Amino acid sequence: MTLDYVIRRVGIFLLVIWVAASINFFIPKLAPGQDPIVGALLEATQDGGVAGDAMVEIANEYKARYGLDKPLWQQYVIYLGAMAQLDFGVSFVSFSSVNEIILTRLPWTLGLLGTSTLIGFIAGSILGAFIGWPYSPRFLQGFIVPSFLFSAVPPYLMGLILVYLLAVTFSVLPYGGGYEPGVIQGWNFEFFISVLTHAALPAMALVVTDLGVRALVMRGTILSLFGEDYIKHAENRGLKGWRIFALYGMRNALLPQLTWLALSLGFVAGGAIVVEAVFAYPGLGSALLQAIHGFDYPVVFGIVFLIILSIAVMTLILDLVYPLIDPRIKYGKKS
Amino acid sequence: MNLPILIKRSAMIQKRALDGVRYLTEQRMLFIGLCVLLSLALIGPIGSLFIDVTLHRPLSGAFSAPPSSTLPLGTDTQGRNIFAVIVAGVPLTLKVAFLAGSLGLTIGAVLGFVAGYVGGVVDTVIRTASDVLITIPTILILVVVAVSIKGLMSTDAMAITIALMAWMGPARVIRAQVLTLREKAYVDVSKASGMNDFEVMWKELLPNMLPFLAASFVNAVIIAVLSAVGLQALGLGPTDAPTMGMTIHWALEHGAVLAGMWWWWMPPLTVIMILFIGLYLVATGLDEIANPRIGHSS
Repeated sequence: MTLDYVIRRVGIFLLVIWVAASINFFIPKLAPGQDPIVGALLEATQDGGVAGDAMVEIANEYKARYGLDKPLWQQYVIYLGAMAQLDFGVSFVSFSSVNEIILTRLPWTLGLLGTSTLIGFIAGSILGAFIGWPYSPRFLQGFIVPSFLFSAVPPYLMGLILVYLLAVTFSVLPYGGGYEPGVIQGWNFEFFISVLTHAALPAMALVVTDLGVRALVMRGTILSLFGEDYIKHAENRGLKGWRIFALYGMRNALLPQLTWLALSLGFVAGGAIVVEAVFAYPGLGSALLQAIHGFDYPVVFGIVFLIILSIAVMTLILDLVYPLIDPRIKYGKKS
Repeated sequence: MNLPILIKRSAMIQKRALDGVRYLTEQRMLFIGLCVLLSLALIGPIGSLFIDVTLHRPLSGAFSAPPSSTLPLGTDTQGRNIFAVIVAGVPLTLKVAFLAGSLGLTIGAVLGFVAGYVGGVVDTVIRTASDVLITIPTILILVVVAVSIKGLMSTDAMAITIALMAWMGPARVIRAQVLTLREKAYVDVSKASGMNDFEVMWKELLPNMLPFLAASFVNAVIIAVLSAVGLQALGLGPTDAPTMGMTIHWALEHGAVLAGMWWWWMPPLTVIMILFIGLYLVATGLDEIANPRIGHSS
């Protein structure tokens, strides 16, 4: 790994953050009419009512903070400054800070998405390796059809089918929310079980799709490996089949799998948002949905920015770690 | 032109057509996928012979009626005829997908060609832009746009926004292809024989890349359907259009799954699943043509 590569990769990371912030700044301004944030504030202020005073206060603070009377480029600079400090402002609906809302929702999303991506990645890689390996049992190779079907169905639609089967028809698993409403939150057994069973359906929906995608990619890599000379050499040396499979095949195919993971994180996150919304799971996805319906701009932009930021951080880490663990990769040199 | 030549020629055309059909059936995945997509495309025109599509609007029939002989797919809680919704909606969903896919492919193909062929600073700029945008989920951009214009997202606006986020895949594939192809001797030969850069791109490189172009078109379409349906399922699509995603959104919003009204959400879901399976079959089939090394499992 050369210094050039690291600099370029970090540069792209910073550009992603800058683009994400700029999208949130410029797209609302491109929309017909006035700035939707000011519009929403004015509307709410004119409505008067209970929230009237609070709205005026927020509107004033908002205008002062973002300097809305100043020229556009100055507004932009101020805005970028606020984004750099992860300051997303205050919700129009609940009047709590956007960061607070995000922090209460984040553990749910991280737990659900982290676990299901991990399970999908491991199970999918193993399954894909068996499908691609020419000597594995025939019934295992037949798993290519379900993997293909699973990879083709978006996770939120898979979720609907699972809800209908497991929550409505057979009522094995609960549907909606993150835990049973009556259960006391905390480190007790009942809450733990409640969280697990409520996460089961959305997690299954995410795992099934992810598993299909990973299995297909792994199958392709394994297939191409088995034409390689070193595999033939290992076979001719009389090594046992499973040894070739695990140490010569799997080990070499797992690393390219990581690149795919990095590339697909965006899709995974995008799908997970809709899955959470479908399941009313208390994570960022359903917070985003709520904010969308309430035209709660600061919350929408805050969550959008945060999701892009986390994908960017994850891909940066994967891209920087990858050449360290895979000696075959040499970046920055022309091959 | 005399008769024997005509006969010979028509025989040749016939043989070519047969070869084409045989080639397609040999590429089983591609063939089945194309058939699936074609039959979906026919739902609109053929279905409208059997039903008045305006019945997709709310209040056009009984409420929450289960499927029966007069209402093949029943109605929803607002009195939309679900069969009419499918007939009117499938063409709309396909339109967004293919519009966004072809726009995305066009942008990506042009940028990929230019990046690979011109090289230098232009290449760096295009490559960096694609590296940056590829990390950003399309659906988030759609959410920001839709919220900014207060949820009044038309199908066309949606297609254009998706296309602006769907060009990176095609651009990468095509750039890589141009880089390998332009080292080939025939490009030097065509340059030496006086073709300009544009002619070389158009007449020499483009035909060689058709399988890659087709494969990246399908991939762009897949991204388009995925983000369009996702956005609609969140309730941010065109509210007056009976697209598949919007229908799923209404069904979710009114608790159709828990109420056991399977006839409401199952048909649009089935259509989307079939659409994805068709697209994936075509994509895999095209991949096998473009990269013959991947395919041979047996």
